[in-house]
Amino acid sequence: MSILVNKNTRVVVQGITGKEGSFHATQCKAYGTKVVAGVTPGKAGQEVEGIPVFNTVADAMKKTEADTSLIFVPPPFCADAILEAADAGIKLIICITEGIPVNDMVKVKRALRGRDVRLIGPNCPGVITVDEAKIGIMPGFIHKKGVVGVVSRSGTLTYEAVHQLSTLGLGETTCVGIGGDPVNGTGFVDVLPLFEKDPETQAIVMIGEIGGDAEEKAAEFIKKNVKKPVISFIAGITAPPGRRMGHAGAIISGGKGTAAEKMKTLEAAGVKVVRNPAEIGAAVKQALGR
Amino acid sequence: MNVHEFQAKSLFAQFGVPVPRGKEITSPEDATAWANELNTPVFVVKAQIHAGGRGKAGGVKITKDKGAVAGFAKELIGKTLVTHQTGPKGRQVHRLLLEEGANISKELYLSILVDRDSGWPVFIASTEGGMEIEEVAEKTPEKIIKELIDPAVGFQGYNGRNVAFALGLNTIEPAVINPFIQMMGNLYRLFMEKHAAMVEINPLIITKEKTIVALDGKVSFDDNALFKHADVQQMRDLNEEEPLEIEAGANNLNYVKLDGNIGCMVNGAGLAMATMDVIKLAGSEPANFLDVGGGATKETVAAGFRILLKDPNVKGIFINIFGGIVRCERIAHGVIEAAKEVKITVPLVVRLQGTNAEEGRKLLAESGLKLEVADDLWEAAQKIVKLTGKAA
Repeated sequence: MSILVNKNTRVVVQGITGKEGSFHATQCKAYGTKVVAGVTPGKAGQEVEGIPVFNTVADAMKKTEADTSLIFVPPPFCADAILEAADAGIKLIICITEGIPVNDMVKVKRALRGRDVRLIGPNCPGVITVDEAKIGIMPGFIHKKGVVGVVSRSGTLTYEAVHQLSTLGLGETTCVGIGGDPVNGTGFVDVLPLFEKDPETQAIVMIGEIGGDAEEKAAEFIKKNVKKPVISFIAGITAPPGRRMGHAGAIISGGKGTAAEKMKTLEAAGVKVVRNPAEIGAAVKQALGR
Repeated sequence: MNVHEFQAKSLFAQFGVPVPRGKEITSPEDATAWANELNTPVFVVKAQIHAGGRGKAGGVKITKDKGAVAGFAKELIGKTLVTHQTGPKGRQVHRLLLEEGANISKELYLSILVDRDSGWPVFIASTEGGMEIEEVAEKTPEKIIKELIDPAVGFQGYNGRNVAFALGLNTIEPAVINPFIQMMGNLYRLFMEKHAAMVEINPLIITKEKTIVALDGKVSFDDNALFKHADVQQMRDLNEEEPLEIEAGANNLNYVKLDGNIGCMVNGAGLAMATMDVIKLAGSEPANFLDVGGGATKETVAAGFRILLKDPNVKGIFINIFGGIVRCERIAHGVIEAAKEVKITVPLVVRLQGTNAEEGRKLLAESGLKLEVADDLWEAAQKIVKLTGKAA
């Protein structure tokens, strides 16, 4: 078992003929992911590493029965690409693109409301279910099949945590990057119940950062609904207020969204919060009594 | 991106949000000329810097004497204002806003931004105008009014009525209810069409003449949407930005200057923040946030070194790279080449992990460069702090 994606997931890559798109489509396929189609308007009939390219997502779905989309479309056209995938009937949309205007995402999020589709990202590394499907830009080899579910607002910091989990022999089930933008498709509170229900996941690592109140919402949810141990690290205890720290969503505004406040709230909900990012793996090991 | 008050107000005027008559002034001569043209009983001279608290710092002058305006302009231009938002170094004033005074009957607060929880735009309003809204929210949360706007249909009349009646405009001054609602609709249009990140009017006043006027204005824009708005890009004022941050931006690096001694260079924003945090845990303070992005090359690393070394506070450099798609041996080559180009005068610790990390570390160790190599994050942080000494 796993969450969101598995060996049967059929992926269409939107923006497959671009530099990023073609490179990562190839990498995902090499990992064993069923990358069945690509989309670049006007380039139907071409192939990228044996993956057929279509003009529209609807065409790609008709011919290949793709059910999940991985998006590398540049920011100015990305909202359009997400909505195209949703309208074509894609059930899971994973958007890697960084730099989409916030107001575009406001409209996209509103348009997806109440529909049978999940958006992950944007501005995220994607989703990987270890040894089954890598749908994103994360390095596959650092992962090891195991028992820990990882959900994170960051990219390389997630790799850091995964590396520790793999090195300690704990391994991961599925790792989900929810992205660093202020308006995104899927939050911690959407992923946590999936891990709680997944029989293979024994512990959850949640990596947050300054800005917004996703971690506070997660704390509330965990307190009521999560029985599995949750280990958390919150980046940005040294970040100054009012400054955007790389991610569009990583900003302390009006004194709200500080790391200290998030840590306090999570601890009050029974989450093990580690101060040192180098100790994430060790804390999980301890929580699992290994 | 932030803009000045005079720029915010010109946008307000463009979108039908009432503002006092006023103009940007850069010299006492300008001031005299505009004061003559303005011809108003009360003149207001306001220093234009990207920071609040200007009034308390002496950056706002009010006079009934037209002849005094040029003197105030002379006094303020070139002056350094220190407010609670500028930091101790303060900000030098390069331009002023000279506008007509207003007869204030009541001060309100109004802003619009995206509510991160719902992903919808939200108006925030309060009867406590002229105060810091954070303070109002802290002390009297019941005085904060929030109205979410459904982006599918945009601003509706009922949104405006909800806010107007919650503010008690029907008892304060019924004559302004309709203009107020209309103004909210115009603000919403400005917010969405110009891709603003936040629009704040504090205070929004009701005048003794029963009109509403935006007496102050603050607008910030979504950096991700600037490509759509050439007019907004032109409002950028480099005087208001940290020179090293401008240089970093020109090199496509994400850099924020801080006050500590350890410069850090990291790939990825989350890991960059975590690296700052771990420096503090090890007993020192980070000098900056620097994300060199996914593809850390020789060029980006060299640009990073140059920027870090220009900060006189930097006593040591910590490079933390988790190689994913980018292989560590390539990054090691980048560091070695960059270190040859840029003379590194302070201790350097390089931590490489991920794809081909061992190969990368070996290359660094054999490069003959004066640096320490580490494979673990905590070990690396302790090394750089040991080499540079703990923070005072």
